[in-house]
Amino acid sequence: VGAAAAITLLPGMASAALVDDAINAFTGGAEAGSDGITLIAPEIAENGNTVPIEVDAPGAEAIIVLAAGNPNPGVATFNFGPASGAQAASTRIRLAGEQDVIAIARMPDGTFRRAQQEVKVTIGGCGG
Amino acid sequence: MADNVTPRVRVPREASAGDVVSIRTLISHPMESGQRRDGDGNVIPRSIINRFTCDFNGENVIDVTMEPSISTNPYFQFSAVVNETGTFNFTWYDDDGSVYEETADITVA
Amino acid sequence: GNWARLAAQQQLTQDDLIGGGGTGNVTLIHITDIHAQTQPIYFREPEFNLGVGEMTGLAPHIVGADFRAAYGIEQGSAMDYALTFSDFTSLARTYGRMGGLDRIATVINAIRADRPEALLLDGGDTWQGSLPALRTQGQDMVDLFNALNVDAMTSHWEFTLGADRVNEIVEGGNLVPAFLGQNIFDAMWDEPVYEDYRIYERGGTSVAVIGQAFPYMPIANPSWMFPDLSFGLRRQRMAEVVQQVRGEGAEVVVLLSHNGFDTDRKIAADVPGIDVILTGHTHDALPEPVQVGNTFLIASGSHGKFVSRVDLDVQDGAMRGIEHRLIPVFSDVIAPDPEMSALVAETRAPFEAEMSEVIGQAGSLLYRRGNFNGTWDDVICNALISQRDAQIALSPGFRWGASVIPGQDITREDIFNATAMSYPEAYRNEMTGEFLKIVLEDVADNIFNPDPYYQQGGDMVRVGGMGYRIDPLAEQGNRITNMTLLETGEPIDPAETYVVAGWASVNEGTEGPAIWDVVESHIREVGTVNIDPNNTVDVVSG
Ligand SMILES: [Mn+2]
Ligand SMILES: [Mn+2]
Repeated sequence: VGAAAAITLLPGMASAALVDDAINAFTGGAEAGSDGITLIAPEIAENGNTVPIEVDAPGAEAIIVLAAGNPNPGVATFNFGPASGAQAASTRIRLAGEQDVIAIARMPDGTFRRAQQEVKVTIGGCGG
Repeated sequence: MADNVTPRVRVPREASAGDVVSIRTLISHPMESGQRRDGDGNVIPRSIINRFTCDFNGENVIDVTMEPSISTNPYFQFSAVVNETGTFNFTWYDDDGSVYEETADITVA
Repeated sequence: GNWARLAAQQQLTQDDLIGGGGTGNVTLIHITDIHAQTQPIYFREPEFNLGVGEMTGLAPHIVGADFRAAYGIEQGSAMDYALTFSDFTSLARTYGRMGGLDRIATVINAIRADRPEALLLDGGDTWQGSLPALRTQGQDMVDLFNALNVDAMTSHWEFTLGADRVNEIVEGGNLVPAFLGQNIFDAMWDEPVYEDYRIYERGGTSVAVIGQAFPYMPIANPSWMFPDLSFGLRRQRMAEVVQQVRGEGAEVVVLLSHNGFDTDRKIAADVPGIDVILTGHTHDALPEPVQVGNTFLIASGSHGKFVSRVDLDVQDGAMRGIEHRLIPVFSDVIAPDPEMSALVAETRAPFEAEMSEVIGQAGSLLYRRGNFNGTWDDVICNALISQRDAQIALSPGFRWGASVIPGQDITREDIFNATAMSYPEAYRNEMTGEFLKIVLEDVADNIFNPDPYYQQGGDMVRVGGMGYRIDPLAEQGNRITNMTLLETGEPIDPAETYVVAGWASVNEGTEGPAIWDVVESHIREVGTVNIDPNNTVDVVSG
């Protein structure tokens, strides 16, 4: 166990309102379906400072990624151009503690698709 | 301007027409979030790369808007479809106005 | 049943233990989590091994009488001794030590005599856990497992030797087993670093073995020792690799895993196409496979106590049948293989004098396993408090470490068997009550999260000098209550600062004497180690 770990107490978490605002700014308040989008993130982050994530929404124009528990929930917006080979991308993100990562895709027909996953950021465990 | 900013890209050198190729990019950059404080308790100002683009022969592949929650040394993996021999242009835009660029050529048979 | 009667008549025989030939056309031999134990040892299985969520009451989360009932094991029998904690000391005196690499070699040779093409697979946690392994940076175990002609291995504690050392071994050209791990990635470019799998042609059949290293290396162990590596479950990729090996003609797919049992049980349900999962890390030993859909999970224990033989019937590109035998390695029954005995003696010779020195005596049973405490850890916590002048001690919930039975001398080797690892510094820090609560809650959630994908295996951090109440079924942040400083009986004050000693910190630059020196000094002072029943953790549920 990393019992001697210096825990940096986290800055204030984003309010649910901030997350809703960020979502509405992208969707204009439209409902999002859950099919046709994949978000891959680890269940347990190895390091909250660099958490690998992957989003994939075939045919999407754009995908936003939000970290619902960060002081500022916005993470990135991926806009796919005509030369994109797939509407998918991977990156690494910071997570200030255990929270949901949310991905929402905007499709050419104006509909939206949403996926989310909880990621645990832990100070350590001990193994067998 | 952040020190020692080095862009790196990994792109296949060759492909067949119509192939979807995987592209990976990495740029060394501290991505100062604006959330941290220095030893005197003062907020360290935000200084991040806020946008990354990749174009192939002038046509856009991906255009990413970035927030401080992107990790230090931003990494992206994505894919492009290539129909002809040409050049990928990668561009990173820093908060401080700096622009970092890299290119990679691919031969399409 | 039968073994018990034979044992009672002192007629337990090697042939009874190893068994005869199996059916089928593909034979797997599995050994895992030996933790560098080359000698026969005592190892008490857990008294507490709670399952939560969907795993409640399911194997391997059954102990003692429930375990005997589930598998038809007679109380007091040889298998009761091997598989449960019940009446351990007295059964240990009856049945003796288990394991020993020379006995394991005999078992493997017997299976190979029957099935020359059997695949020998090692689940990892092989190169760490003893004084010789520590001193030789795992070389003794590499040499000995090379001599066993192991076909493939995966890993966990191996990386606590440092990535450079692992690479020296793997790339040095002298490692016999394939070093597999589909989930070990280069952290910078996100590329696999080692082999994902091997495909073997055995018994006219194409057998794929996919490796899965411990997913949470950088959290559970010091990430600074392997800074360029990333692990993780990577189950989407695992599914791709399964499809890939099927595409390459594999007729049967084996996952050689160090995920831990519950995680693998869920993997079996979520990743299609795996026929057999050879599990590891959580040190469970089960006498029968656990079936999940069309996948069979095998749990082969730890510390060399058991060898699993798995016979698969593979016909027309698909597994049609499975037969499994958990072979208990009773060291007084199975004859040592002379060649392996000699090799083991060679690896131990340089350290023999140092290891055999008697430091004290065991007045009571010293063991490791259990969700909340173990008497070996009580000794370690007592040593930390007395030798480092602390109010509270923390010892990690490791599941490795051989047991010592009452009346036995405690040698330096015994101390190292419970402590030998590469980040042994016994730190002394100040921590607030609030921080201690955060630590306990965090570790508890890593063990008792109802979703196995959010668990890391291991047991609760052991605490000395402080008692607490735990409700494993409560939500994260609400499991731990009634934290009490034992020296005063006062509740722990979140704002108060306490002097805490511990060891095995994952932080770089941790300072302090090595834990084995701290424990040795303590045992020299007390002479005979007696540990009273530990009542300081109050486990409640609901
Ligand atoms: Mn282990
Ligand atoms: Mn392990």
